[in-house]
Amino acid sequence: MGRYIIRRILWMIPVLFFISIVTFAMSHMVPGGPFTREKPLPAEIIANLNKYYGLDQPTWKQYTDYMGFTRNPSGEFRGVLEGFFGPSYASRTRTVNDIFVAHLPVSAALGLAALVIAVGLGVPLGVLAALKQNSGWDYVGMAVAIFGVSVPNVVLGPLFIIIFALALHWFPVAGWGRLDQMVMPAVALGLGSSAIIARLTRASMLQVIREDYIRTARAKGLSERIVMVRHALKNAFIPVATILGPTFAALVTGTLVVEQIFAIPGLGKYFITSITNRDYPVVMGTVLLYAIFLVFSNLAVDIAYAFLDPRIRYS
Amino acid sequence: MTTQERAVRKLTEATVAEGERAQKVANLWVDAWRRLIRNRAALLGGTIIILLVLMAIFAGQIAPYHYAQGDSNENYLTPRWVVSIMPGHMERYVKIGSKFLFGADYLGRDLLSRLIYGARVSLPVGLMGALTALVIGLVCGCISGYYGGAVDNVLMRIVDIMYAFPTMLLIILLMAFFKTSFAGAAKPGTAAYTFNQINNAVDGILGLHGGGMLFIFMGIGITAWMGTARLARGQILSLKQKEFIEASHMIGANDMRVIIRHILPNIIGPIVVTVTLNVPVYILTEVFLSFIGLGVDPPTPSWGLMISEGSRSIRSYPNQVLFPALILAITMFSFNFLGDGLRDALDPRMKGAS
Repeated sequence: MGRYIIRRILWMIPVLFFISIVTFAMSHMVPGGPFTREKPLPAEIIANLNKYYGLDQPTWKQYTDYMGFTRNPSGEFRGVLEGFFGPSYASRTRTVNDIFVAHLPVSAALGLAALVIAVGLGVPLGVLAALKQNSGWDYVGMAVAIFGVSVPNVVLGPLFIIIFALALHWFPVAGWGRLDQMVMPAVALGLGSSAIIARLTRASMLQVIREDYIRTARAKGLSERIVMVRHALKNAFIPVATILGPTFAALVTGTLVVEQIFAIPGLGKYFITSITNRDYPVVMGTVLLYAIFLVFSNLAVDIAYAFLDPRIRYS
Repeated sequence: MTTQERAVRKLTEATVAEGERAQKVANLWVDAWRRLIRNRAALLGGTIIILLVLMAIFAGQIAPYHYAQGDSNENYLTPRWVVSIMPGHMERYVKIGSKFLFGADYLGRDLLSRLIYGARVSLPVGLMGALTALVIGLVCGCISGYYGGAVDNVLMRIVDIMYAFPTMLLIILLMAFFKTSFAGAAKPGTAAYTFNQINNAVDGILGLHGGGMLFIFMGIGITAWMGTARLARGQILSLKQKEFIEASHMIGANDMRVIIRHILPNIIGPIVVTVTLNVPVYILTEVFLSFIGLGVDPPTPSWGLMISEGSRSIRSYPNQVLFPALILAITMFSFNFLGDGLRDALDPRMKGAS
């Protein structure tokens, strides 16, 4: 197990390097620099800016500067490996790190709330639907699942605003900070994932409760509750754990949309404006940050997988 | 009846039964079709999709106006029935007029016409995503699974690394790159110029000039094939060991024939199912890209772009975002119903699993 984790972490290093190279190459192949304005700046100023940010260097040198293997000639900036994600070209005083500090907690809170909804709604619904197969609960659960899969957050967000804010006045239309402002964005973001989790939980629960060891547990005279909670649910959760990796990825991209709809000051909104402004270090830093997060969460899911199912042994 | 006669009859019956079973196998597609049309949800989904396809093809004839035609004097012009079903007090500030069935947008363009033309964005995206996933995925999967060795190793490592890359972020980067480097490239002889020419041709075929559709196809296609390739490879690996493949090798069939005549028919079912189930994902990817401003170029009417434009004025004009959101939801439902139905029809063992 320990060796497996080490091997996985070692495999992550080339993957992350590959991601950083691809991201860097693509954002730098884009013509027109960050200082292209509708009213062009004087050539000397652009030259000075390029020199200050090291943009006059060859691209490979810019990459090594960015990563922190070599030092930027102006000596201003440290690299990613030293925990510094570069300057933001759009602002002289704010670095990418400042932007992360200011906006990442908002996105993280939104994503976490959505994750709680996804799991907290999806797992119970799936379990109920499986235990009471072909009953009302089953149909309700599966209707919610089909609805959640088919109605994307880009539709749910506006629909929620129209129904629950404009028509019923239950929640504020937009904004961030208070608890009631969090409800609609979190549900809009989490419902799709909860539908997928509910479907998967139901399917795997249905399979598990027909297994021999469940019959054995019942034959021992254990109460139905203990059979279900201690024996069935634990194993039914294994396939659900595998879906958590893709769920994280879906939530990360979902925040980009939901933050825009509900005017939430998260990283997603900042990321989108940075693409149009060609503020490469912000784009690059956000992609890298999310990639690191996703790669680690996939690892965590795989490890959790082994703990849940003693039959799985990584070697 | 003697024992011998009885034995002969039993044998004959068994042979006939086996023959019937063989017939059934040969009629897999007929059988699947029967199961599919018995599934009401799938049938409804399929019907709606056919209607949407017709709407996309005949958009020029159906739509009352051109999607880019608008009069800024008529911005937010809304018919009375829309005002009456919308929450709030729209009648206090909105221009009421029945010129447009669903109302006009912030530039005075007919919402209904833009919705109809929007099918020309979403449906081709779904189709092209599915086609690239199918063709490139199958070719890579077949080569990888059938020949194995170094080719397999290289292909699968590429897929591994691409899998680790968050798909959506990769597509975002690709789109930012395509749109700034290829779109409008004017120097003949460069790759960018060629791409731009192809893109203009694609936009021309779809009747959406300046939409940038090729770049969306490319962005989605580059990431779409990997799942299919993995699936096909896995299926072929287990199939390769079967006796009938060995037998066809023995009677002198070459690799090409073995793959096309014996392997493909056996793996195509689950692959078609996976690709169909992914069509809504491709459509949503475009919606997402257009929503964040990296999809189609305005004034091309993508449902995602319309939702993004509409959600900016959602407080005052909720109808702007409601109609594109609804048609997108209907499309998603239809494709999901049809995909689920296809899966149950082609692979009944999978029924109920997700």
